[in-house]
Amino acid sequence: MINKIVKKLLSALTMMVAIFSTFALPQTVFGAETQYFPVASSRVGPYSAMGTGYYGAQIDYMNYVNMNGGVNGVMLTWQECETEYNAVKTVECYQRLFEKDGQRIVVFDTLGTPGAYAVINRMAKDNVVLAQYGYGRTDGADGRVWPWVFNAASHYWSQIAVKLKFMAEIEGGIDKMKGKKIVHLHIDSAYGREPLPAMRKICKDWGVELIEISIPPPGLEQQSQWLQIRRENPDWVTFWGAGSGMNSTAMTNAARINFPRDRMMYVTFGAAEEDMYPAGDAAKGTYAVANALPGDHFPLVKKIKEQVYGAGKGNLADHKRIGSVYWNRGLGAAVMWIEGMRNAQKMHNKVGKAVTGAEFRDGYEALNMTEARLGEIGIKGMVAPFSISCANHEGAGKFAVMQWNGEKFDQITGWEAPLDPAFIRGLVESSAAKFAKENNITPKQC
Amino acid sequence: MKPIFMTYTKNDIINFCVLMVLGLVIIPAFIKTEYWYTSILIPWLCLALATIGQQIVMGYTGQLALGAAGFMAAGAFACFNLILRVPELGFFGSLIVSGLIAAAFGILFGLPSLKVRGIYLMVATLASQFFIVWMIDKFGWFKNYDSSGIITAQDIVILGVPFTTPLAMYLIIVFVVTILTLLAMNMARGSTGRNWMAVRDMDIAAESMGVSLLRTKVQAFAISAFYCGVAGALFAFTYLKSLEPVAFDIKLSFKILFMCILGGLGTINGAFIGAAFILLFPVLLNSVGNNVFHGAIDATIISSIEQVIFGLLMIVFMIYEPLGMAKLWETIKQKFKSKKSKK
Repeated sequence: MINKIVKKLLSALTMMVAIFSTFALPQTVFGAETQYFPVASSRVGPYSAMGTGYYGAQIDYMNYVNMNGGVNGVMLTWQECETEYNAVKTVECYQRLFEKDGQRIVVFDTLGTPGAYAVINRMAKDNVVLAQYGYGRTDGADGRVWPWVFNAASHYWSQIAVKLKFMAEIEGGIDKMKGKKIVHLHIDSAYGREPLPAMRKICKDWGVELIEISIPPPGLEQQSQWLQIRRENPDWVTFWGAGSGMNSTAMTNAARINFPRDRMMYVTFGAAEEDMYPAGDAAKGTYAVANALPGDHFPLVKKIKEQVYGAGKGNLADHKRIGSVYWNRGLGAAVMWIEGMRNAQKMHNKVGKAVTGAEFRDGYEALNMTEARLGEIGIKGMVAPFSISCANHEGAGKFAVMQWNGEKFDQITGWEAPLDPAFIRGLVESSAAKFAKENNITPKQC
Repeated sequence: MKPIFMTYTKNDIINFCVLMVLGLVIIPAFIKTEYWYTSILIPWLCLALATIGQQIVMGYTGQLALGAAGFMAAGAFACFNLILRVPELGFFGSLIVSGLIAAAFGILFGLPSLKVRGIYLMVATLASQFFIVWMIDKFGWFKNYDSSGIITAQDIVILGVPFTTPLAMYLIIVFVVTILTLLAMNMARGSTGRNWMAVRDMDIAAESMGVSLLRTKVQAFAISAFYCGVAGALFAFTYLKSLEPVAFDIKLSFKILFMCILGGLGTINGAFIGAAFILLFPVLLNSVGNNVFHGAIDATIISSIEQVIFGLLMIVFMIYEPLGMAKLWETIKQKFKSKKSKK
């Protein structure tokens, strides 16, 4: 009896899901020109803090733009798809989000190196810009080989160079770095290893001993790694983790072996409030770098809080996270989309109209975020001023060092560039050239 | 002499023809959107193939093994290196050899099955999962010393003709999956399959009847790994288009295990049904969640609810249809037939 009822219920449920999905009405803004954006979010799983903050801000900003008349009258629409920070699902989401109501996406943002690598080769063919906001494939910064891939704002090789520069400053100069020992403690994935090519070369030049220790994901178990660190007794630890669980576990373990927290440098994707809170007092003193500074005092953040959240349209469930590291980072990324679109409209005589992928790419490449423009938008000081060019897709290449004081991050330095940006650029170019050669790509002339 | 192919009934041949027409004529003629090929059909067929591999070792031979994704990784990276270093082999040659390389790993990690069984074997076979992925990560040669650790899969070229459109890749997969499925069905129906099932149902009895445990178990592991290897290579070359060890992690092994159990242990069509359910249902739930409840409920909550619903459905299915969805399908067919005969 129950068997039958449940079976009937099951088939009814399947039917209902099927019917609903065919009738599901995508949200459209009627009577206006629209531009469609994909939101390939990651809201569940170990990386949810990243995903909810970052993509939440992108949606909040798009809502804000719509509430203020759109981009020269063009209203923004978007659709979400859950990737769970998983490369396989990202590919599915990319395909699903690719087209909506006859309009194709012009930009894609995976907020994850694995996902970025999984879709990177489709960009040129599909005419979609891959906007890697401080993550992803580093040699994408060479726009001659990767016309459709952007690293703005700032990639991992610049990031590690800035960290090493900061260490040298604290130690009292590069000559003092000789003989020092650094442990690169990283999640065992492509993302964790991404900074190594640059780091190995700089350490060799400076005479620094580099020890690489890996943590298998999701990284909630780090006892043996920290025992090894205690044995090695390094001067610095550069930590390259992902997910709040892994990031806070590292700090509690460091506290257990009494490793000074102010000798630890966290990666941008471990440098958020959500990563620090779980470790409690153990987190105090940890250094981290940022490509978009946290804080809710920036005028744009204030306006979004007022307008979007005031109207009950905010995407974050917890309003306290407005102005947090991941939220501000997502805001920085979304501002670049919209600025790119504005540029594209202007460049291609399409003011007030939707733009295509190729037009958007041109607009994005022409981004020139001067101090004055950042001020107009209302995020002056939140990100470093930058411009993108045909050859250089990295943007500023600058980071600010912050320190956790137990409640929030204190900014320690201004926007710092690597000591030798030309050297980092050389690495990027040679890596891109290798890729171009392997795949028979003729680099674009710039 | 033993017949190479088992005899088929008329029904089998009709079914085969209908499926072939559906797969090779109707689908290519009516489905025009890339999304269906690249995100639904291609991954579904690839994972179904891997699930057949899991079926052979778990459903037919009764060996609890967990490491299908490891063999998939072995197959995928073998295929990459073969195309890179031995281009003379061609795509299908590389595909077969990479399956054989995966099979060699299958034999290696199948050996413990002679000593340990049940849940302990599962733990032992986990080693394959971690060892293979670790090995690929550790030694740069497998990835052609790529600094990033994620490499781009080469385009599929057969006899000078590139197969890069979604439809072309789909046809390649249909071709490979059809051949391997037919082979698997033949093996399962023939003496090989009888040996497997004998070992599954009672290994001591099987041994006393003259079935070599060593040969049967190792054979099952090798064939299973072969299927997984080919599936892994196809998965990387047609779906992901990039190769990365992390894509073949333990989660994928579990997924294949669930596909196997939910589809129905010891059935070939169960592999296809199970793969469809596990792969496609979350996609359906996610698009429904995003389309119907867009803006009405917090997106984070929708994402979590989807997982809860999916988990609940799995539990319900397991309680009310423990023999898997293949059995459900059989029951529906039976009912249909009896209704027809009544008329």
